Amino acid sequence: MYNYIIKRLILTIPTLFGAAVLVFVLMRLVPGDVCEVRMAGFGTFADPEAIEICRENLGLNDPVLVQFGQVMWGYLTLDLGVSMWTGQPIVDEIGLRFQLSLEIAILATLVAILIAIPLGTISAIKQDTWIDYVVRAFSIAGIAMPSFWLGIMIILGLLITTQALFGTPWMPPIVYVSPFEDPLGNLAQVFWPAVATGYRYSAVATRMTRSTLLEVLREDYVRTARAKGLLEKIIINRHALKNAMLPVVTIFGIEFAFLIGGLVVTEQVFNLNGLGKLFVESVLTLDFTMTQQLVMLVVVIFVFMNFLVDLLYAWLDPRIRYG
Amino acid sequence: MAKILEIENLQTQFFTSAGTVRAVDGITYTVNRGETVAIVGESGCGKSVSALSILRLIPDPPGRVVGGSIRFMGMDILALSDAEIRKVRGRRIAMVFQEPMTSLNPVLTIGRQLTETLEHHLGMAREAANARAAELLGMVGISDPERRLTQYPHHLSGGMRQRVMIAMALSCEPELIIADEPTTALDVTIQAQILELMRDLTKRLGVALIIITHNLGVVARYADRVNVMYAGKIIEQGSALQIYHQPSHPYTLGLLKSVPRLDQPRKEKLDPIQGQPPDLTRLGAGCAFRPRCRYAVERCANEIPALEPVSEGHTSACWQKDSLDQPLRDAS
Repeated sequence: MYNYIIKRLILTIPTLFGAAVLVFVLMRLVPGDVCEVRMAGFGTFADPEAIEICRENLGLNDPVLVQFGQVMWGYLTLDLGVSMWTGQPIVDEIGLRFQLSLEIAILATLVAILIAIPLGTISAIKQDTWIDYVVRAFSIAGIAMPSFWLGIMIILGLLITTQALFGTPWMPPIVYVSPFEDPLGNLAQVFWPAVATGYRYSAVATRMTRSTLLEVLREDYVRTARAKGLLEKIIINRHALKNAMLPVVTIFGIEFAFLIGGLVVTEQVFNLNGLGKLFVESVLTLDFTMTQQLVMLVVVIFVFMNFLVDLLYAWLDPRIRYG
Repeated sequence: MAKILEIENLQTQFFTSAGTVRAVDGITYTVNRGETVAIVGESGCGKSVSALSILRLIPDPPGRVVGGSIRFMGMDILALSDAEIRKVRGRRIAMVFQEPMTSLNPVLTIGRQLTETLEHHLGMAREAANARAAELLGMVGISDPERRLTQYPHHLSGGMRQRVMIAMALSCEPELIIADEPTTALDVTIQAQILELMRDLTKRLGVALIIITHNLGVVARYADRVNVMYAGKIIEQGSALQIYHQPSHPYTLGLLKSVPRLDQPRKEKLDPIQGQPPDLTRLGAGCAFRPRCRYAVERCANEIPALEPVSEGHTSACWQKDSLDQPLRDAS
């Protein structure tokens, strides 16, 4: 088991390095740089000399290899540098938003798990009954509906119902408060975007749970369990679900990593200052350092989630553990 | 001898888009306490379906028992509630399946798969169930049982897994074990070991055994009585001795003749039964074996023969069974 974990951990190093190279190169293939965007980005006259000085200050005139070396050295010394656009330390810029995005991602995943696994299971057990049809329609709707639209509907719904019930409309707060200071206020803010994204996310997982469970329920060992006279509940929980969870766990892992950086539009709808927004801004301003570190953050989370999924696999399926 | 299982005119059908498959079409047989009954036939003749029907394990849809009765120790199996049939499954009638590779759950330990039945049916505590599980593994000839309990099915060979399946079947001391082709997936040497084991344990513990097989060698050595099935019907019934020495149905005869024999000249060709088994969705009016039968007469095309006595305890469903006697003797 420990060998397995160590092997997986070592395998992450080349992945991270490859990603770092790729982002670095791709960013520099885009025409222009942060200095041009800042000084000439509005179509007005810009002094070429000023742009040149700006480039010199930010080290954009150094040879590419030197710049790359600096980035790599930064990783080794755990120094992520400063944003080319704001001049603030990147750690602070990201840290500010990471907590919010992480919270939403975790909450959305919880929402998705709580919806997907029970619904998928019921749907499989009651295959081709009205319950199954309702669940399938519900999950198809989740896939078909963009989460930002659902977000708008949620906000409207909240406004209208609170208005009708209490006389004053209420909507989720916009200013971020830490869950450690004001848990309820924090929850009021992140819960609704988590539902809006979690629903869509659960739809994919519900369908996956349903189809793998249907497959597993046809396996010989489920028949054996039935022939042993076990309760249907035990057959599903102990014998079938554990076998059916492998592909579902994969989906959760991938979706979670996606949620960290990919909630651009939903963040806009709920007016949240999250990583998605920062991502878009840093790409538009050609902020090389910020984009580099943001992409690396998402890569690290992807790699970490995959690692976690691998561990879960090993826990779920003993054949992998010793394989 | 006391009858523990009485199956009468059992009919199990599958309703598919291609039509109704009459997988089991009116079979009747009994099993006495402690005896071994074999059900023999080629693939697709309904022998496994008949076995699954006894425990109501036919997946519904598409399958269903549509007629007949199954009485086990005085209980009407088909009339039991779901909760009641669960008390019979594994507790009083246990099953050993064909594929030991896929019949054990790959993600649960051997111990867990053994103890869950003990906990569920006998209300044993985890500790006691573990001790009993180890004892059972020892009984089926698995060495180092304590260690095996913590292992997973993929650590075990096919033969070992089938031993585990047998231990599982024996765990609650059932009155009847149904073994559905228990050795088909195993090497020949292991097959003999497993069958010996099953025979010894069932005799020792007084458990009745229904053994489903297509292997006539198995039947000859291990069964007290034999039911030969063809196209969903039992076409010959008798003791193992009677079936071997006086086969009274052309199909049984064909089966016996198609077994390779060590005491015959080596160059001789096998004598297989020609043709294919019939499509169970469209069985005609006459005997289902007629198209492949070298003794068929006109009557066979119009009337289905019923099981009729040949001698004491020996019945056959063939219009020609009496006139067959002579040519059959010649042939064998």
